[in-house]
Amino acid sequence: MPTAAVSQRKIRVLVAKPGLDGHDRGAKVIARALRDAGMEVIYTGLRQTPEQIVDAAIEEDVDVLGISILSGAHNTLVPKILDGLKAQGADDITVVVGGIIPTDDARRLKELGVAEVFGPGSSLKDIIEFIRRAAAARS
Amino acid sequence: MGGWGVSRTEERLAQHKPLPGQERKERFLTTSGMPIKGLYGPEDTAELDYQRDLGDPGEYPFTRGIHRTMYRGRLWTMRQFAGFGTAEETNARFRYLLQEGQTGLSVAFDLPTLMGYDSDHPRAEGEVGVEGVAVSSLADMETLFDGIPLDQVTTSMTINAPAIIIFAMYLAVAEKQGVPFDKLSGTLQADILKEYMAQNEWIFPPQPSMRLITDIFAYCAEHVPRWNTISISGYHIREAGATALQELAFTLANGREYVRAGIAAGLDVDAFAPRLSFFFNSHNDLFEEVAKFRAARRIWAKIMREEFGARNPRSWMLRFHTQTAGCSLTAQQPYNNVIRTTIQALAAVLGGTQSLHTNSLDEALSLPTEEAVRLALRTQQIIAHESGVANTPDPLGGSYFVEALTNQMEEGVWDYFRRIDELGGVIPAIEKGFFQREIADAAYEYQRRVESGEQIIVGVNAYTIDEETPIPILKIGPEIEAKQRERLARVRRERDAGRVRAALARVREAAASTENLVPPILEAVRAYATLGEIVDELRAVFGEYDEIQIL
Repeated sequence: MPTAAVSQRKIRVLVAKPGLDGHDRGAKVIARALRDAGMEVIYTGLRQTPEQIVDAAIEEDVDVLGISILSGAHNTLVPKILDGLKAQGADDITVVVGGIIPTDDARRLKELGVAEVFGPGSSLKDIIEFIRRAAAARS
Repeated sequence: MGGWGVSRTEERLAQHKPLPGQERKERFLTTSGMPIKGLYGPEDTAELDYQRDLGDPGEYPFTRGIHRTMYRGRLWTMRQFAGFGTAEETNARFRYLLQEGQTGLSVAFDLPTLMGYDSDHPRAEGEVGVEGVAVSSLADMETLFDGIPLDQVTTSMTINAPAIIIFAMYLAVAEKQGVPFDKLSGTLQADILKEYMAQNEWIFPPQPSMRLITDIFAYCAEHVPRWNTISISGYHIREAGATALQELAFTLANGREYVRAGIAAGLDVDAFAPRLSFFFNSHNDLFEEVAKFRAARRIWAKIMREEFGARNPRSWMLRFHTQTAGCSLTAQQPYNNVIRTTIQALAAVLGGTQSLHTNSLDEALSLPTEEAVRLALRTQQIIAHESGVANTPDPLGGSYFVEALTNQMEEGVWDYFRRIDELGGVIPAIEKGFFQREIADAAYEYQRRVESGEQIIVGVNAYTIDEETPIPILKIGPEIEAKQRERLARVRRERDAGRVRAALARVREAAASTENLVPPILEAVRAYATLGEIVDELRAVFGEYDEIQIL
C-alpha cells in the first residue's frame, strides 16, 4: 500500500540532459517508463547547462532529478549541478545519474551526493523501484 | 512436375505447422521485432527473377554486390574510427593503426568540434578531447596528419554540422604537404538529415544545412573528384533505437533527399551521385542484417536509375561502410562483446560491405584502449583470412530465408517512402517529428522486450554474475583541456588578425549570397580563423535549429 503522502501526489521527476552530446535514447526510454509507472515526468531537452537544470528542478518542484549523460563530461557537469542544488537549499532532491560512467567515477559521484548511478543494461524495473523508494523516504 | 511439386509443398508446410507446445517460444522475432516463420522454402522465392531481382555481382541491381569479384578481387577496407585527446595523441594512434595493418584512417572529433565550438568556449568545458580529438584551427589539423602523406591514405571524417569547415582544413593541410586535391581520397560524413532525425548534433536549420552540402558536392565534382562527399548514415538512426527496417528506410529516404537537393542546385545527377556513399550499422541478428544490406543495394539502384534517370552505372551502386552496433555492447561481462562484434562483422562481410569498423570490447565503459582496438582489428583479419567467407561473392544469395527477408525489407522501405512522401518529404516529416517518434517507439518497444525477458541479452538479463569492471579502461585527464586551450591561445596570438577579419567578412558575405562557400571558408582556415569563428559567421546569416521534442 502506498503511503498517504505518496498517494496524494504523483512522484515528480525531472529527466535532464546536460553536456553537448545528442544521445537521448536512454533519457527518452526512461522518461516513458517512469511515466508508464505513474510518475509525473518533465524532460529538459538537449544540451542544458547545469544552471538551467538546477533552476528547472526547483521550479518544477521535483522529488527526483535524473541526469542522463553520455558525453564523458560527468566529472565536470554533475558536481556543478549538485553544488547548484546545495546553494539553493534544494539538496533534498534525490539525484540519480544514467549513462556511460566508469566505476571509479561512479564511486566519486556517489561520494559527492549522487544517490545512484545506472550504467548500460540497468533494468527499468530497478530504476523505477529505486525512485519510488527515494521519493517515499523524502515525503 | 507441376501438380506434384505443389502437393509436396503443401504436405511439407503442413508438417511444419507447429503443434501447440512443440516450439520453445510463442513467437520468433528478429532483433528488430520482425516475425520469422517456422520454415522457408521454394514458395517464398517463387516470384524471384534472377536477372531482375538479383543479378550477378557487379550487375544491376547489385543485390549480390557492386563488384564482379567482390572480396576475391580486394578485401574490404579495415577502418577503425579513432580520436581522443589532443591532435598529437590521435596522430600517434593513427600511426599505430597504420603500422598494425589498418588500411584507412577514420577521425572521431570531440563534441565541441562537432557542435562548432572552439576548445576555449564555455560550453566546451569538460568535453575537450573526451569523445574524440579536438580541432579548433588549421594548426590542430596539421598536427593530426603530421607525417601521414594525404595522397597515400584514405581518410574518413565523422563531422556533420560544421563539415564544410573541417573539410576546408583538410584541403589546407594537403596544400601544405604539396598534395594536389585530385589525389585526395576519403569520406566526409556531412549527413545532416540524420542529425535532425536521431543523433541531434545540428547547428543550423535544415535548408541552409542542405545548401552547405550541395556546395560541397559542387566543389568536389570540380576539384576533388575522388572524394566521397557524403556518408549517408543509418548507423546513428539505429543506435538511437530504430529497427533494421527503419534504419534502411530512413537512410535511403535521406539519400533521395540529397540527390533531389543536388539536382535542384543545378548539378547533373551523374556528376555527383557516384561520390555518394552510405554507412550502416550491423547488429546481432545475422540474417536480418545481411538482408538489409542486400536490399539496400537493390533499392538504391532502382531509385537512381528509375526515379532520377542516372545513366552512369557508378551512380546506381550503393557503396557502404559498416560499423558494428555500439548499442549492442554490454558493460556486464565485457569479453562477451568480442563474440557479438564477431557475429556483426560477419554479417557486414556476408552483406558485401566496402569497409568496416569493429567496436572494441570496452566501449560500453569508455573509449577503447590500444589492446582492445587491436583485438577488434584482429577480428576482421580472422574473418578475412581464416573463415573462408571472403572466397566467393554473396555466399547467402539464393537462400530461401535470406531472399525472403531481403524482399520483406524492400517492401517495408517502399511503404515508408509512401508515408514520408505523404508528409511532404523528409524535411517536413522531421519538422512534424515523424522519424523521432518512430525511433523512440521502437527503442521503447525493444527495451520492453528486454525487460520482459523475451529478448535475452547474455550477461544482462540472463546468465548474470556478480562482477566489478574487470578490464582496464582508457582515461582522458583534464590536463588535455588545459593543453588544448593553451595551443589555441597561441594560434590566436600569432596569426595575422587583419587577414582573419577580412576572411571572416568574406565568409559572411558569401553565406548571404548563393556563392559556393568552400573557397571563402578555405581562405579563412588558411588564415587560421578558428572553427568557432567561422561557425559564428554562418550562424549570423543562417540562424539556429530548434529541437523538436518528442517523448
